[in-house]
Amino acid sequence: MPVTDYKPKIVAFCCNWCSYAGADLAGNNRLNYPAEVKIIRVPCSCRVNPMFILRAFQRGADGVILCGCHPGDCHYTSGNYYTRRRMALLFSMLDYLGIERERTRVEWVSAAEGAKFAATMSDFVETVAALGENKRLEDLRCKA
Amino acid sequence: MTEKERLQEQILRTSGVNPRKCMKCGKCSGTCPSYDEMEYHPHQFVSMVESGNIAPLMESESLYRCLSCFACIDRCPRNVQPAKLVEAVRLMVIRQKGKNHLKPDQIPALLDDEMPQQLLMSVLRKHSK
Amino acid sequence: MQRIGVFVCWCGTNIAGTVDVHAVAEALKLEPGVVFSTDYQYMCSQAGQQIISDAITEHKLTGIVVCSCSPRMHEATFRKTAEKAGLNPYMVEIANIREQCSWVHKEMPIGTEKAIMLAKAAVAKVSLNAPLIPGESPVTKRALVIGGGIAGIQTALDIADAGFPVDLVETKPTIGGKMAQLDKTFPTLDCAACILTPKMVDVAQHENIRIFSYSEVVEVGGFVGNFNVKIKKKARYVREELCTGCGLCTEKCPQKKVANEFNLGMDNRRAIYIPFAQAVPKVATIDAAHCTMLKSGKCGVCSKVCTAGAIDYKQQDEYIEETYGAIVAATGFNPIDMGAFDEYAYSKSPDVITSLEFERLTNAAGPTGGKLLRPSDGKHPQKIVFVQCVGSRCSEAGKGKEYCSKICCMYTAKHAMLTRDKYPDTDVYVFYIDVRTPGKNFDEFYRRAVEEYGVHYIKGMVGKIEPVGDKLKVQASDLLDNRQLKIDADLVVLAAAIEPDKSARSLATMLTASMDTNDFFTEAHPKLRPVESPTAGVFLSGTCQGPKDIPETVSQAGAAAAKVIGLLAKDRLTCNPCIAESDEMMCNGCSSCERVCPYGAIGYIDKEFRMPDRTVKIRRVAKVNAAVCQGCGCCTVTCPSGAMDLKGFANKQIMAEVDALCL
Repeated sequence: MPVTDYKPKIVAFCCNWCSYAGADLAGNNRLNYPAEVKIIRVPCSCRVNPMFILRAFQRGADGVILCGCHPGDCHYTSGNYYTRRRMALLFSMLDYLGIERERTRVEWVSAAEGAKFAATMSDFVETVAALGENKRLEDLRCKA
Repeated sequence: MTEKERLQEQILRTSGVNPRKCMKCGKCSGTCPSYDEMEYHPHQFVSMVESGNIAPLMESESLYRCLSCFACIDRCPRNVQPAKLVEAVRLMVIRQKGKNHLKPDQIPALLDDEMPQQLLMSVLRKHSK
Repeated sequence: MQRIGVFVCWCGTNIAGTVDVHAVAEALKLEPGVVFSTDYQYMCSQAGQQIISDAITEHKLTGIVVCSCSPRMHEATFRKTAEKAGLNPYMVEIANIREQCSWVHKEMPIGTEKAIMLAKAAVAKVSLNAPLIPGESPVTKRALVIGGGIAGIQTALDIADAGFPVDLVETKPTIGGKMAQLDKTFPTLDCAACILTPKMVDVAQHENIRIFSYSEVVEVGGFVGNFNVKIKKKARYVREELCTGCGLCTEKCPQKKVANEFNLGMDNRRAIYIPFAQAVPKVATIDAAHCTMLKSGKCGVCSKVCTAGAIDYKQQDEYIEETYGAIVAATGFNPIDMGAFDEYAYSKSPDVITSLEFERLTNAAGPTGGKLLRPSDGKHPQKIVFVQCVGSRCSEAGKGKEYCSKICCMYTAKHAMLTRDKYPDTDVYVFYIDVRTPGKNFDEFYRRAVEEYGVHYIKGMVGKIEPVGDKLKVQASDLLDNRQLKIDADLVVLAAAIEPDKSARSLATMLTASMDTNDFFTEAHPKLRPVESPTAGVFLSGTCQGPKDIPETVSQAGAAAAKVIGLLAKDRLTCNPCIAESDEMMCNGCSSCERVCPYGAIGYIDKEFRMPDRTVKIRRVAKVNAAVCQGCGCCTVTCPSGAMDLKGFANKQIMAEVDALCL
């Protein structure tokens, strides 16, 4: 890969009960992952409106990852099942729009999976970095 | 992949059985009508296939003592289907003999009074292919 | 415009080691809305909180951002600080610059840059925060317990002893449940009736408990603290308040051929009956399906013999409506139907019985007066075969259950042991797959059955059973001896799997409580909240939550009671203010949100709207019940018109965070 100073912008939505706690655990265990990942806390992964993800791309994010509790473990019983279905639809739409499938991801990270969180983030950043900048959806009018 | 693993893989593929589902309750052997005739019993078929110990099964007469009555399949609480494994091992034996299938005219010489009808049927079915 | 204060914590060197905290504080000063920004060694310390508190007063702050450790750690601390200083606690946002920044990155410039971004996102969010006030709802200090088995009895007694009124609803004419049918209990072998019936009497005499026997719950509305429940008291054609339980009617009734469900159909009862001698309430009940008087109007013997004049053929179902603060489900279990197991000849031979039937056969109050006699010919069986795991651990859909029923290993050991104890001339075989006896004194008990009582435990399974003459030909495998056994048995006892009572499913629907694929109620958390349902105010007691033995059931029943008491002891409930809210002007009443809500928190109201032309229009709009909503936000995404939003995590706020992070 050519050496550049390109740093992807990654937005990670994490549910409060599992994935956000998993991210905290990664911190507690001092597991490094790239600083490009910025986490937004939401109560449940089902709180993530597909609009938020589109907005992130519009504002120039290069990758968006959504983390929730494992299926069956949702703090709110069934929220992550809705997430799974909604994201399947959104991803197929993004695919249609020509956004690389690898730029979006849904991962289930439990509160005990700090190592998985760090590994997932590192892998995701690497994948997105390899794809380069997201030029297709970025709205240049949004840039100051 | 060793020869042993290859055999096991093939048996699993032809039978479509997952022996790991077996909880070793022994209901198949409890239900088997030809149990006393067999050297290896239905539950042993399952555990021997699971451990990849297939060569002794292929050489055993037990293969041809199974009536294919499928009682073990019907009653297995875990849906393991031991009779399908027996069937798969039989097929394996046939395939290993190459194209030298038993010819229909050889059958009468092999027949005995105790030979169950169903076994005859399943042998013939293989020949028609 | 908000006046925002930013407080950057060093956390000793935990944060300051990788993040240039001064630079963060300085950078944030330039953000729109920020009027004050500082850093300090330990923000969570007394002195740190004082800095926040002073700044709120001095700079008239309307919102604060604390850049520190995870909000899961100290959000509550800083909210309290803000509240003390006169700021709404929900005007506080935390930027997590420790766990999610300084601890996972090593280089100062990178850490500092990320910390600034995270802080900016928090500022962007807090500038859109609105003060939130948690709602309150009153608590009705009365509990409803559904199911009158040992679980329901124990829960009701514990709640009632704490001084709260309890209503106990049971569908059968008497409370007592399955335990009343048992003979002895493992591992101590004390008689079930001797330990259960005093508790039943306690329930009947407790001033805080009302028993609704022969009744069922038909409607549940409302929410935690205020459930409105409709109970149907089925007509028993006997006036409970007059019946003395003398039992004369049950002796004189000419209709003698009704299968006695208490003895599992192994003997008959009359059309008017009292299930068993120690029934509570001890009143007779007329079985309308078999009573000649009710069917054809000819008979009336019971009313003639009743000296109390309690018989009332005109009685109607009665409906009772009551409000409760908490509901406990204790609906219990039943053995599964053995019809799918033809190989065991259950339907072909009366001498193949289930373990519960065996309990009745050995029970002194049972159909044989406690003598172990074969149902077919009344002879004493010489060879008994017990088969374990019939229908348990069975992955064949429609036939059995995938789970282990948990109690069968122990009760089979008990049956085998008691048989050998009373009838040493009997040969007893137990076929097992695994013997599972975790529990205090449980394995010792099973070993005693083998070592002292000489029960033949055989590792293997019965394949088939065939009734031939007066014998049952049992064909089974003995896996350790590698042989097939053929036993001519006189009696075969099947340890049938247990399943949740059929009423549980409809009850769960009424309660909006969730169930697993086996129809067991699910817990709010499988480890940490095992007696609560995810639905607030609904608690679980006994086998309706999963297979359990009596000691476990009683301890869970007590735990559920403790949770109920904790709830009822409160006068008012404070609700989480971060809940969904619908904008009535935008809502089109489509019901999408109602369908996805896991708590049934969304309802609809017809609301009058004044139109510009001064007419009034009535529209159906969504209304979120603040006491029930848990704030997951699922509805906000589902809402097609964008009317639904989540307070504290509003669409605008999250969008602002996204914008801030993508700059």
